[in-house]
Amino acid sequence: MHELSLAAIRRALEAGEFTAVELVEALLERIAAHDGTLNSFITVTGDDALAAAAESDRRRGAGEARPLEGLPVAHKDIFCTAGVRTSCGSRMLDNFVSPYDATVVERLKAAGVIMLGKTNMDEFAMGSSNETSWYGPVANPWDTARSPGGSSGGSAAAVAARLVPAATGTDTGGSIRQPAALTGITGLKPTYGRVSRWGMIAFASSLDQAGTLTRSAEDAALLLGAMAGFDPRDSTSVDEPVPDYVAGLDQPLEGLTIGLARQFFDEGLEAANEAALRAAIGELEGLGASVREIDLPNIGLSVPTYYVVAPAECSSNLSRFDGVRFGYRAEDPKDLLDLYCRSRAEGFGAEVKRRIMTGTYVLSAGYYDAYYLKAQKVRQLISEDFRRAFADVDLIAGPTTPTPAFELGAKTDDPITMYLNDIYTIGANLAGLPCLSVPCGFSGGLPVGLQLIGPAFGEERLLACAHQYQRATDWHRRAPAHYE
Amino acid sequence: MSWETVIGLEVHAQLATESKIFSGAPTRYGAAPNTQACLVDLGYPGVLPVLNRGAVVMAVKFGLAVGAAIAPRSVFARKNYFYPDLPKGYQISQYELPIVTGGSLEIVTEDGEVRRIGLTRAHLEEDAGKSVHEGFERLTGIDLNRAGTPLLEIVSEPELRSAKEAAAYMKAMHTLVRYLGICDGNMQEGSFRCDANVSVRRTGDEKLGTRTELKNLNSFRFLERAINFEVERQIEVLEDGGAVVQETRLYDAQRDETRPMRTKEEANDYRYFPDPDLLPVQIDRTLIETVRKTLPELPDAKRRRLGEQYSVKPDDAVVLAGAPALADYFEAVAAASGSDGQTVANWVLGELSAALNRDGLDIAESRIGPAGLAQLLDRIADGTLSGKLAKQVFEAMWAGEGDADAVIEAKGLKQITDSGEIQRIVEDVLAANPEQVEQFRGGKTKVIGFLVGQVMKATKGKANPGEVNRLLKAALDGD
Repeated sequence: MHELSLAAIRRALEAGEFTAVELVEALLERIAAHDGTLNSFITVTGDDALAAAAESDRRRGAGEARPLEGLPVAHKDIFCTAGVRTSCGSRMLDNFVSPYDATVVERLKAAGVIMLGKTNMDEFAMGSSNETSWYGPVANPWDTARSPGGSSGGSAAAVAARLVPAATGTDTGGSIRQPAALTGITGLKPTYGRVSRWGMIAFASSLDQAGTLTRSAEDAALLLGAMAGFDPRDSTSVDEPVPDYVAGLDQPLEGLTIGLARQFFDEGLEAANEAALRAAIGELEGLGASVREIDLPNIGLSVPTYYVVAPAECSSNLSRFDGVRFGYRAEDPKDLLDLYCRSRAEGFGAEVKRRIMTGTYVLSAGYYDAYYLKAQKVRQLISEDFRRAFADVDLIAGPTTPTPAFELGAKTDDPITMYLNDIYTIGANLAGLPCLSVPCGFSGGLPVGLQLIGPAFGEERLLACAHQYQRATDWHRRAPAHYE
Repeated sequence: MSWETVIGLEVHAQLATESKIFSGAPTRYGAAPNTQACLVDLGYPGVLPVLNRGAVVMAVKFGLAVGAAIAPRSVFARKNYFYPDLPKGYQISQYELPIVTGGSLEIVTEDGEVRRIGLTRAHLEEDAGKSVHEGFERLTGIDLNRAGTPLLEIVSEPELRSAKEAAAYMKAMHTLVRYLGICDGNMQEGSFRCDANVSVRRTGDEKLGTRTELKNLNSFRFLERAINFEVERQIEVLEDGGAVVQETRLYDAQRDETRPMRTKEEANDYRYFPDPDLLPVQIDRTLIETVRKTLPELPDAKRRRLGEQYSVKPDDAVVLAGAPALADYFEAVAAASGSDGQTVANWVLGELSAALNRDGLDIAESRIGPAGLAQLLDRIADGTLSGKLAKQVFEAMWAGEGDADAVIEAKGLKQITDSGEIQRIVEDVLAANPEQVEQFRGGKTKVIGFLVGQVMKATKGKANPGEVNRLLKAALDGD
């Protein structure tokens, strides 16, 4: 059962080939067998999942099946889940049991989805390798000495290793797409505002967006339909109708114009990655798409811009973790200042502290104009670049990452090199655009991803293009050895 | 050399919305600690603010009332600092782009002069919670019921020149926000409080002196006393050759002095930046026009109209304009009675207000309606009652003994105006007091007061006092 996609599971449950309880039991066994190696889960909610599965089977029997009835999913541990620890990968929230469900969790639950557990992640989603987690790094199932990427590394590894058919994630600068690319699965980051941020612990509010890590674009379409839509509890969610993404998958590629940004094919892109990417583009052309070169002249400024805006917002967002009302509190504080300083010093890891300090610095009097305000202006320029490009093309294609999965520990001493891993993904976050990564080949036995970026609210076209590509190729069906 | 005082006020008015500015939790005062704070107010992980449109409408209403510009686009910003009663570690406020800019408010100074005080801006923000020290040993309690309550911070230009003017401004602002129904004005509960920026300079100097900020003044009297103390203190420092330190000071009402806040003033850097969780507030013409239609007659306009229409003295007009229900009562009496406006004002602000205060009643609960008071005043105007008798009648009416005419009839309080009858009593009094008559004729004319009193006593106060005087004088001078 574990090898099936969400869409296939849905058909099998409908046809009565197996029950939700049988499915959940099988997956829980698989998690128990493999997660000691992978460390992709922080919390497995086995008993709750089995109870939900029994209830799901009852519903189906009573003819009350909901749209995603009985489909098992894992949630990144950044989403608040009522009654279940929500750690955000941090010691700070190791003891935090959320009193409420995030909108994403609530909506998927209401559609019939069963939660299997909470996945590992970089602390507060700050990282590109899943090595900043308080719960330890996650191993890449393609090579357990390598990183699965981050920050949604646990979700990516769990889906790639067939422990769960799908998982949720969040993407602030590439945190869904980069791990999806490095683990050979499909990762979708929707348009900013498409999916509610209520209950999703904030890293950088103007960039954070919830999305999916699945084995196919079809599965992404299935989940996105249930997750998306306006939420009155999130002022930045957009009141835009939610199309039937699954129905839209059949749009052919004829007439589609795909732009290739000159700037994405730079010296940083490894040859094997580029070769896989070029082949994928050839495949898309073969399916009827036309390709033309475009310019995103300011895209090279994405990384420095991001590393001003994101830390600035995070320095403020993480102020609420002060040891006063919830989360980690230092033992025997001498006074208020000691309570603050030690709770935060002991509760946060090094990368989180680095970003809080960077963010505090760029917002400080005398530096605000030179950094924060300047970064906002550059962000506008980058958005303009994309807007101009989408006047001529329907989608933009490029690499997701410059290299395949790197070894655990390889970049931990050099934050700048680590940050550069997100060089191709950050632009879409700064511009708020929908984008996804699909597997498009291998480099030295490790998966390589193709990134597609669409105009705002262009998820339907994006998913259709990925789906047509996946109908013609089988990269997304390849499973890592020992996890078939 | 003389000194000039320069004062600017920052008024914090709690907006009278049902729920908080960024959450659905209720804003009622006085509930058990932390029972009116939801996850948003507690700053839980993952929660987001959603703006209460009611607070925006109230800010627009205020802006229109003071003739200010309403920003078509204003922006919420985060003011970052750590404090236990600030759950998120930042306060959501407005910084570079406030919702209201400019405008002015009129005050009436002690000598009846009207001054227009400019406003710099007014912006929306959320209140913090409260730290509770009583009942906790070595610990501090945190009550977050107040966290997220909407505030309008109204900043004046530094145009106030004395503590009295500052108090007049605070009162005028207090009157205005209650007129508009945007704040309950309850100062004991902290719904209306103010910070004062105070500095002094040599008369004639252009440059402003170094200012101090007096925090959290929650009564008109404390504001006045705190400023007076602070002004004297600053002048003393400067005259001794010292320099005023820019700092925040607290007023201690018990000792009647201001003191620097206990914590040493640190260079606070609040790292303001636009809140990415909230969209800019967009206000279009339609909303502004809709709100404009809901504006009542404003205190400045009412004060001016009462002065012009009823010839009421400026200070009485200020008091009446400050209490709209009392002003309505006043206008009803003035319309129903033939008396002049100032007489009506004297009675409404004198006897009537005193009786209301004595019995702890609101004007709506007055035991004498406007028509009843009008009838009483007409009996003075037509000579039936003297002022003194009228007060007796008023008390009887207040006690529920009937309307003015019924009381006059029942108690036989009608004024004696018949000269023949008064003449007879005058003669009796003169005959009974030869000694005083002698004194008067010897030049001690003041003694006439005693004789008037005797006549009034004999008539139980019912004789027309003017007539008594005239007849007594005639009798004393004539013989």
